[in-house]
Amino acid sequence: MQIGVLAIQGDVREHQRHLMALGCEVPLVRRVADLEGVQGLIMPGGESTAIGLLMQEEGLLDDLRARIARGFPVYGTCAGLILLARDVEGPPPPRVGVMDITANRNAYGRQVASFEAALDIPAVGDAPFTAVFIRAPRIERMGPGVAPLAFLHGQAVMAEEGPLLVSAFHPELTADDRVHRYFVEKVRNAHYRPES
Amino acid sequence: MEQNSSGLKGTFGVKAGLAEMLKGGVIMDVTNTEQALIAERAGAVAVMALERVPADIRAAGGVARMADPRIVREIMQAVSIPVMAKARIGHFVEAQVLQSLEVDYVDESEVLTPADEEYHIDKWQFDVPFVCGARNLGEALRRIAEGAAMIRTKGEPGTGNVVEAVRHLRTVNAEIRRVVAAPEDELGTLAKNLGAPLELVRRVKEAGRLPVVHFVAGGIATPADAALMMQLGADGIFVGSGIFKSANPEARARAVVRATLHYQDPAVIAEVSGDIGEAMPGVEISTLAPSERMQERGW
Repeated sequence: MQIGVLAIQGDVREHQRHLMALGCEVPLVRRVADLEGVQGLIMPGGESTAIGLLMQEEGLLDDLRARIARGFPVYGTCAGLILLARDVEGPPPPRVGVMDITANRNAYGRQVASFEAALDIPAVGDAPFTAVFIRAPRIERMGPGVAPLAFLHGQAVMAEEGPLLVSAFHPELTADDRVHRYFVEKVRNAHYRPES
Repeated sequence: MEQNSSGLKGTFGVKAGLAEMLKGGVIMDVTNTEQALIAERAGAVAVMALERVPADIRAAGGVARMADPRIVREIMQAVSIPVMAKARIGHFVEAQVLQSLEVDYVDESEVLTPADEEYHIDKWQFDVPFVCGARNLGEALRRIAEGAAMIRTKGEPGTGNVVEAVRHLRTVNAEIRRVVAAPEDELGTLAKNLGAPLELVRRVKEAGRLPVVHFVAGGIATPADAALMMQLGADGIFVGSGIFKSANPEARARAVVRATLHYQDPAVIAEVSGDIGEAMPGVEISTLAPSERMQERGW
């Protein structure tokens, strides 16, 4: 299975390593042409403003919107969550903006407030998941079609809607591959129609 | 490190983690909010808040210190990307001040006049992460042993001359290859010769790279310079004087960002390098007196 990692900027290598360990082919996506033959995409952690601006210049925002409308699975971590969110509190970067959530940028504060916490994510198993939050966003609002998958202090930090999956934290920074397995399964079961 | 209702803060994981998020990006020196906004709009992943860029520090002479907290605060309020600021080598109180301002990264930097010629800051005492300069593998690992969560090779700041940045990156890469190739029973002597802890030398051997993110700095002035450093294996780029001492900072900032992204594509580098005005005036390294070489600061 081919699952790409958006490689504009950010912790690309960590996602790539997890996906390769799960047996995926992992092309790095910097421009629209790189999406040829790709069945799903991870948008990594990074700086959402920088990634959004450069995706716009590359024509990736329009292209991804069209693909997602045809069922293309995308998993966004941290910056990726902000870039998928329809609404953003805080300065809004150029973004894909198709998931019916409101993301609050840097909701937990600046870097000195970054933290690790044990999360319950029933969808990936019973054992708690060590989640790393770095200048992390929070999901402030979820539309009716959005299913929360994990909470921290009563606030959703992981959710899905149709082919889209987002987390405010970084499973790629830990050795635990359960969230990546979950996404790989999601791609396997997706009904993506490559050309309309 | 602090445990409270929202989990563990200031762990090495979250400190090094922010550096991971900056990879593949460009960090730009800025001295006011206007420059910070230009950097953000150009796609910089972070800015370094300063009173003067290195070229001006060089020109001004005298003692260079931490920036005025007012400037740092203004820049933090102006942009949504992370803000870094420099403390003098060994000046742990400047670092405490920067931490209390809640900057996202402290650069313990040779660009400022060192406050301590023997000891660097004990960076484990802080929740804010640190980036430190290095010219070779031993220096990089000593800084990591002191708690640095990110390394930048030093180059020669404020010169617009990339030669020292290339030398330092190649040196670190060559020394890493030597460690990787060395059999286990030679690592102890290798560590002694590098002046670095054995445990960290082992981690370099296992990973084949530094145990933290590795940017480059000191002399990058053109889009092609940035792409050169990326092709040589840098995780990302610091541009100090190169942007705002050039003729057209806005255009150059965008061009350096795009060249860093498409570093393997000379056609893109050619495209972005045209019509961006003159680069900053460069300095031939051999014309610098030994006392003017910032890279010699720190050990």
